[in-house]
Amino acid sequence: MYLPILILAFYSFNASRFSATWEGFSLKWYEILFNDSRIFAALQDSLAIAICAVGVSAVLGTLMAVGLARYQFWGKGLYRGASYLPLIIPDIAIAVATLVFLASFAIPLSLWTIVASHIVFCLAYVAVVVSTRLSGLNPHLEEAALDLGATPTQAFLKVLLPELMPAIVSGCLLAFVLSMDDLLISSFTAGGGANTLPMEIFSRVRTGVKPDINALSVVLILASGVLAFLAEYIRYRGDQRRSV
Amino acid sequence: MSQTAMQNRPVAETNTRFDVELRKVFKVFNGETVVRGIDLNIRQGEFFSILGPSGCGKTTTLRLIAGFEEPSAGEVLIRGRSMSGVPAYRRPVNTVFQSYALFGHLSVWENIAFGLRIKRQSKAEIQKRVQESLRLVKMEQFARRYPAQLSGGQQQRVALARALVNQPTVVLLDEPLGALDLKLRKEMQVELSTLHKNLGVTFVMVTHDQEEALSLSDRIAVMHDGKLEQIGTPNQIYDYPQTPFVADFIGDTNLFKGRIETTDYGMWQVRTERGLRILVKPTESLNGSMPNQVVVSVRPEKIQLSLEKPSSPINCFEGRLMHTMYLGTHVHYLVELLSGDRLTVLQPNRAKLAAEPDSPLYIYWAETDCLALTA
Repeated sequence: MYLPILILAFYSFNASRFSATWEGFSLKWYEILFNDSRIFAALQDSLAIAICAVGVSAVLGTLMAVGLARYQFWGKGLYRGASYLPLIIPDIAIAVATLVFLASFAIPLSLWTIVASHIVFCLAYVAVVVSTRLSGLNPHLEEAALDLGATPTQAFLKVLLPELMPAIVSGCLLAFVLSMDDLLISSFTAGGGANTLPMEIFSRVRTGVKPDINALSVVLILASGVLAFLAEYIRYRGDQRRSV
Repeated sequence: MSQTAMQNRPVAETNTRFDVELRKVFKVFNGETVVRGIDLNIRQGEFFSILGPSGCGKTTTLRLIAGFEEPSAGEVLIRGRSMSGVPAYRRPVNTVFQSYALFGHLSVWENIAFGLRIKRQSKAEIQKRVQESLRLVKMEQFARRYPAQLSGGQQQRVALARALVNQPTVVLLDEPLGALDLKLRKEMQVELSTLHKNLGVTFVMVTHDQEEALSLSDRIAVMHDGKLEQIGTPNQIYDYPQTPFVADFIGDTNLFKGRIETTDYGMWQVRTERGLRILVKPTESLNGSMPNQVVVSVRPEKIQLSLEKPSSPINCFEGRLMHTMYLGTHVHYLVELLSGDRLTVLQPNRAKLAAEPDSPLYIYWAETDCLALTA
């Protein structure tokens, strides 16, 4: 399963211009990569999109999860189902739907339209992770805080939010990685010179795989791996301290 | 634990101050009435228990006092002040939850300090009071631990300290010992009782464990189906139950449904549905009025067993031994009477009955050892 990745990593250190032949160890492609301004511009766009989308999703996703768990309202089941739908709808469907929607309202495509479309799925991921933790929490925690004199706002900020924090952070990291990785939705909703890293890679690969893309891929895989590990570690720590 | 039950401080009815009063309180959830018109006065400094089977509305009653629920009708008063519209966080009560509900992201020390910090007490005051309540529950050495690193009994102590540190008017305990194993529960019962005596704070405890209620409480309210069946001292509740439910729920008992046939010399003769004639001395609460249908209750430990026919024919019935069960300190007998009624009899282990299974024997009890209750 990991064989392609290993081969990719192996060839990223290849001195040769062509993937097929091995001409000795070299860091040349990494050097070229780090001096490529187009790559950096794309990385900047990607980071800006991911940070904005995740930031908005963290707040809305947490509130959504808490709202769905704590309050009874009409159409709650339907709302819950609909809010998690982006997790199972194919990306291409979201991409096309978003594009059609934006076009029909004559909203010009820009970096912000990518952010908006990323919030769609980031929100769902954050909400799912937070909901899972919320359902495992003692339902009387907030009451205990109220009982000790905290107002409902204080109870939320001082008890519920800290208890949910590991889930919020790991949900955000997950959403961040997914946003950074997304090609399909970004390329449909991009405009105004916005160019994300996956879009840049894709456009280059179409004209043949160059070794610097190999190098970039290795860097991306490592970065994603570190984030995923971090997310898992934070979730694990949170579980360790969870009160019985 | 019986010594605590005997320490019922006689509280004069006059000029008694009530810490908690419930006046005709109702609570309806989704069209289902969970609490049906409860009237309750809990005295200052009292250890008061609300006892009943699960689903009888006792926890809801506690939550109404805590302010987590608002009554659908009626009123809750604390220290004479109406609590209508007063949210939980402004009530002078603190709750010990059945599940403890400790804050997992805070250490033991911070958990206990939570209430004081919310009330913006000075650092020195917080330090002093948290230390004090840690000592009270013997958890000083665990102050830096997190709740997940504590055993159930230790978590229970932290939950207690977290409530007591705020010096509430009333401490509410929701099945406080329900999650502990038997040995630990007995230990904590003694500690709860000691804490209550030392602090003099009003404790209101909800429990389904009758033994716990009997051994700890000054007074007990027995609840059934959202209504109060009886309020009284453990002694009154056990020895003079006023309803068949209380008689059956508190301890073991043998119940016979029947009608009163004759009344002679201040005694009632009850004829049961299966034709037994039982002589009962009516209790004061029933004196004067004479109900048509009654239920006679006889505690298993008040029944005597004999192989020979006893001299007195009063409440003496022939039967045969069905089953014997050793309980260590006591022996439990199941006897089937000729009428078909089955009775449980509890005898201390010292007087062993040399009876074979299925052997005929006589059971008897004094007319003062049974009660007639309105059905």
